[in-house]
Amino acid sequence: MKPLLRVEDLAVAFDTEGGELVAVDGVSIAVGEGEAVGLVGESGCGKSVTSLAVMRLLPEPPARIVRGRILFEDEDLAAAPEARLRAIRGQKVAMIFQEPMTALNPVLTVGVQIGEGLRQHRGLTAAAARKESIVLLAQVGIPAPEERIDAYPHQLSGGMRQRVMIATALACRPKLLLADEPTTALDVTIQAQILALLATLRRELSMSLLLVTHDLGVVADVVDRVVVMYAGKVVEEAEVRALFAGPRHPYTRGLLRSVPGFGDNAGKKRLPTIRGVVPDLRTLGSGCRFRDRCDERIARCDEAEPPLVELAAGHRVACFVAAGGA
Amino acid sequence: MKTILELSRVKKEFPIGGGLFRRPTGAVRAVDDVSLAVHEGETVGLVGESGCGKSTLGRLALRLLPVTEGRVAFEGRDITRLPESELRPVRRRMQIVFQDPMSALDPRMTVEEAVAEGLFAHRLVTTKAEARERVAALLGKVGLRADQLGRYPHELSGGQRQRVVIARALAVEPRFVVCDEPVAALDVSIQAQIVNLLSDLSEELGLAYLFVAHDLSVVRFMSDRVAVMYLGRIVEIAEADALYDAALHPYTQALLSAVPVPDPTQRDRPRVVLGGDVPSPSAPPPGCTFHPRCPIAEKGLCDRERPPLVELRPKHAVACHKAQP
Repeated sequence: MKPLLRVEDLAVAFDTEGGELVAVDGVSIAVGEGEAVGLVGESGCGKSVTSLAVMRLLPEPPARIVRGRILFEDEDLAAAPEARLRAIRGQKVAMIFQEPMTALNPVLTVGVQIGEGLRQHRGLTAAAARKESIVLLAQVGIPAPEERIDAYPHQLSGGMRQRVMIATALACRPKLLLADEPTTALDVTIQAQILALLATLRRELSMSLLLVTHDLGVVADVVDRVVVMYAGKVVEEAEVRALFAGPRHPYTRGLLRSVPGFGDNAGKKRLPTIRGVVPDLRTLGSGCRFRDRCDERIARCDEAEPPLVELAAGHRVACFVAAGGA
Repeated sequence: MKTILELSRVKKEFPIGGGLFRRPTGAVRAVDDVSLAVHEGETVGLVGESGCGKSTLGRLALRLLPVTEGRVAFEGRDITRLPESELRPVRRRMQIVFQDPMSALDPRMTVEEAVAEGLFAHRLVTTKAEARERVAALLGKVGLRADQLGRYPHELSGGQRQRVVIARALAVEPRFVVCDEPVAALDVSIQAQIVNLLSDLSEELGLAYLFVAHDLSVVRFMSDRVAVMYLGRIVEIAEADALYDAALHPYTQALLSAVPVPDPTQRDRPRVVLGGDVPSPSAPPPGCTFHPRCPIAEKGLCDRERPPLVELRPKHAVACHKAQP
């Protein structure tokens, strides 16, 4: 598969009152044409920062890309000027967020917001943009689109607003969609509708997807490949079936096992847990970032950070114990 | 088994429109004719989507909100219209744990002060030394260290804060706790720690829980029985395994099939994807309120007559005209 997006050794730092905080530290991710990749991990692992950095949407300062490249169709977005980024955003790469209310402008009608991209990037006239917007609203499953196009965001339900945001993102037929927790704020039945919609649109438009989420159920249902992050690093990467059938990193294993609906957990008296909490990124020290919570820790884990090694075709793990056992 | 909490035909209406000088223009019936009993030491799960009334029902059970109609009984005593002064000793025996521990804790109070507050309020301790001893023991019970007594909420992680909230609820030795989305704001690995803690505590102390949550797998794990709510009503209630393995109501079936399964090999499982949104509770559809979205609704029946909650199988009740035992 030809890679559409290649993030190489990306590091993002934030200037904070307590000094520099490296939120993403040497992350590499590739998304192929038409491929769906899931970026998973818990709060603060750097998954959202990574996706925002790809679009160069982080406020700089306080954020700073310390090193690495973000290659989209072989062009390095990490070094691109703002004018160039603006041309790419919305047109070739689009993004949807968890909370549609913050992404939509409350004082503009739905039609104006969808039409904006159409006029700016595709040069349509106001009348043509309106017509196209109605088609888009119908495509994302909004009933009576001729009426809803003149509605304001607050007049729509949460699921409807999420559909409007998707329609806005899809207006210019982007090649890559970045979706950051797109269904987290929605009820399960609405989540199911939105995920089904995304799958259909991806097929029809042969669009690539980078899905950022903490929900392992959503990942299992949607993506082709999974990248697991922990404390700013990629700890495991594999094809989705391989990952769920045989996770190799102790963190991935712990994460999967602690999901109440995973395997035979439903009949158990207690859920398996990962002890302790995520480390403070400012006081990491040397060694593996997961070592304090790991049951398989060996002496080497204190000395150096384990590199990401390929243990099987397409299955990479950053763990000395897993690599030694291979 | 003895009943600890009993809600009988409870209704709750909230006025809509209106203001300081204007009359309300209507009412939203958030909870509509719900009867539910929780037994001692039992955990009853309450699930449903946003706006179904599950959180309101939890607050009615504790009389944090007054009911519009119906009766609330706690430990066999009618507390529906009990005056505040008489309610006070009852309150000690019923507690609540909220979703967001940061907003449930006063940022200016240390862990010790937050947990001890209830002890002093209910005169369970008289001296500071006595309180400290009790608080330290409680912290141990919820998996916090005694050296965290002097910490402020912002110095703790989300999981630790939720442990403080649980310790505070347990301080006054309740028999019944409403847990309103207690793990929704936590990461998966921390969520598992808190779920285990709540289930250990219920076993150890014989606590009864009303466990309100939208996450169906967490609810299955925690609950002995589960009730499903839709637009203010209970549409199905059964023992947890029976409900999850053999749901009878089409809404429950759709809800369960919409839950993403953490297993990619089941990606092509048959699914019931519901169309449309939940209707507004201020203008509920006639008949069965689920009929506009229901895949098996019968014209002339489901859009006209409201189905009663009937026990179709032993300990398994459903409100649906078309459900088969």
